[in-house]
Amino acid sequence: MSRESMEYDVVIIGGGPSGLSTAIKLKQLDPNLNVCLLEKASEIGAHILSGNVFETRALDELLPNWKELNSPIKTKVTKEKFLFLGKTKSLSWPTWLLPAVQQNHKNYIISLANLCRWLAEQAEALGVEIFPGFPASEILYNEDGSVKGVATQDMGIDKEGNKKDSFEPGIELLGKVTVFAEGCRGHLGKQLIEKFELNKSKDPQQYGIGFKEIWEIEDKNHEEGLVMHTAGWPLDNSTYGGSFMYHAENKQVFLGYVIGLDYKNPHLSPYDEFQRFKTHPAIKKIIEGGKRISYGARALIEGGFQSLPKMFMPGALLVGCDAGTLNMPKIKGSHTAMKSGMIAAETINEHFQEKKDLSIFEEKFKNSWLHKELYEARNVKPSFSWGLILGIIFTGIDQILFRGKLPFTLKHKHADHETLKPANKMPKIDYPKYDNVITFDKTSSVYLTGTNHAENQPVHLKLKDPDLPINYTLEKFNEPAQLYCPAGVYEVQKENNINKFVINSQNCIHCKTCDIKEPSQNITWVTPEGSGGPRYGNM
Amino acid sequence: MKILVAVKRVIDYNVQIRVKEDGSGVVTDNVKMSTNPPDDNAIEEAVKIKELGKATEVVAITVGEEKAQETVRKALAVGADRGIHVKVDGILEPLAVSKILQKVVDKEKPDLVFMGKQAIDDDCNQTGQMLSALLNWPQATFASKIDVKENKLEVTREIDEGLETIEINIPAIVTCDLRLNEPRYASLPNIMKAKKKPIEEIAASDLGVDVSPRLEQLKVEEPPKRKAGIKVANVAELVQKLKNEAKVI
Repeated sequence: MSRESMEYDVVIIGGGPSGLSTAIKLKQLDPNLNVCLLEKASEIGAHILSGNVFETRALDELLPNWKELNSPIKTKVTKEKFLFLGKTKSLSWPTWLLPAVQQNHKNYIISLANLCRWLAEQAEALGVEIFPGFPASEILYNEDGSVKGVATQDMGIDKEGNKKDSFEPGIELLGKVTVFAEGCRGHLGKQLIEKFELNKSKDPQQYGIGFKEIWEIEDKNHEEGLVMHTAGWPLDNSTYGGSFMYHAENKQVFLGYVIGLDYKNPHLSPYDEFQRFKTHPAIKKIIEGGKRISYGARALIEGGFQSLPKMFMPGALLVGCDAGTLNMPKIKGSHTAMKSGMIAAETINEHFQEKKDLSIFEEKFKNSWLHKELYEARNVKPSFSWGLILGIIFTGIDQILFRGKLPFTLKHKHADHETLKPANKMPKIDYPKYDNVITFDKTSSVYLTGTNHAENQPVHLKLKDPDLPINYTLEKFNEPAQLYCPAGVYEVQKENNINKFVINSQNCIHCKTCDIKEPSQNITWVTPEGSGGPRYGNM
Repeated sequence: MKILVAVKRVIDYNVQIRVKEDGSGVVTDNVKMSTNPPDDNAIEEAVKIKELGKATEVVAITVGEEKAQETVRKALAVGADRGIHVKVDGILEPLAVSKILQKVVDKEKPDLVFMGKQAIDDDCNQTGQMLSALLNWPQATFASKIDVKENKLEVTREIDEGLETIEINIPAIVTCDLRLNEPRYASLPNIMKAKKKPIEEIAASDLGVDVSPRLEQLKVEEPPKRKAGIKVANVAELVQKLKNEAKVI
């Protein structure tokens, strides 16, 4: 089938912090470049979900006058707390004893979605063409194997794959250089990493699933600028995770929970851990009397330095968490994603101006503060594979005494899909019932995401083997997709005593957890029709 | 033949609406906005009629704040030829919109005016009817099928009893139902082209229309939450409860 094609100097896939920073930096370096940016969400920001305590380092370099440009960066961090939670008690950890990377007094509490909307305005003002609602679904290659560009998804295909009256074929977007900035577990980035063996001799990538709710709370409980993190309950010593609570403007708190996807117990439900976390007295007293106004979830990168793939390949670059630039001990990925995009832009500019190879990215990266930051952070996450307590002790030594300069590098041993133990060997977990005041069921949570996919389109969650969920995964692992999916997409239903695996793909909130955690890697997330997915506001 | 199509920017239909704490309205900050869905049907129908060779120009118009222009741009991307944006800030009632449209119709002299049957934000379902009265043009509301004939329209309407087919003379107003057609997607090249199509900006004050609200809004509040149901053991108990507690029988 022939498709229309459009040519650009640079095609960028993804309108998050890394993609938008690439676009802005490119136009700053050379205003004559033709740059376009594709985004699968219905508008920029609608698929962005992040804590977020923002470090301005990269933005200071990209747009030094951001304070004069009416940026949505307003709430300075004024106070910090770190709590260890027991089942009912909590122990406050003095902040001066926290590693420097976890101190936030120079940072801001922001909505990353709003920051991206604002960055998109800056990019458009510089002449970047931004196309929301157009997922890149396919990578195009030149005859020599280099990346040629991408094709957007066909629109108007029915469930059986037939063209509807509204059929609109995809477009080929050809770039002299293509930049992939899809975020964590990008479905094209995943293909590139495999094809170009970008992760050769690297540790397996590590992921987490992050939940976030926005609450409007009572005045007396709100302390604008307060940043609080917790570790401990409800997770056991061997499961990596913790919470965040950021008091933002307008009486809102951003409340969230992150759990490492290397958890072992298939009976663990990340969603329910988050819900019951909110019932802890130290948390409940803050949100009680308030109202939950948003919910969402997204997988995030935790592998860091050891797992970071090569970020260049013939004709293309991989930036932000599509590669994996998040700094785990800092619990921040926005400034690092932005910086990686800026380095990509500098690389591309020299590639065009001085005919240098894209591989100069590597040297530029190595000479940047981004590299230094990720290197020094590298040993924290793997040390938690020894459990929470040893992890904290090691991290104290590594981060406070040696500031990340210990002369060895710990390894990530397993990919997250390999860590589940058989269901019959692991304890069942009895989660409390939802009270519809503090805790809520998945359905009403998903409702808040505003997610939707046009009806009667092909299912965008592909099973390599459609029988595997029932024939193998259900028996061995109790089909954990029912639990790890934060949107209730996967269900095992009994019909006439026969188990059936049901995929409610219209509920999908594009978090990518299934693509990561499925023990046999049987589920592949592909792009649905454009504009599908959540409609996050200030997430 | 020229068709003028009115489009409105509203909160996206997938978004859960939240009422402001002070009851002064609904929250629109950080909320995804889109074109009012039946307005998309109106644009689609106008473009289809043009593609059939029965119309020569499709003009999209919106009335509203700066960002409302996005809806006109979207209409241009799916086939409208040019756009008009009448700029007004603040609350707009259907009567004010109809009066503005009347002025624009006087100037543009279209043969047909299409719009959605109602907007999903205020559900007023008045603008088309009021415009019809102001212009003294025939109207066909809730159209689910439109046939363009010689100086006439044959319109099938969705009414309570089923379908009603009427014939009206052109010029006319038609308000469109969701069943009228399936709106097309804007293709990427067409979005690009739409960026170059002209949008005329008019200040409402230049049209000499008084847009000040005629209604006083007292309070906006959420519908009461449904209370949890109870289970009854048998029919007798149900009847007893309906009679004595609910007092409905």
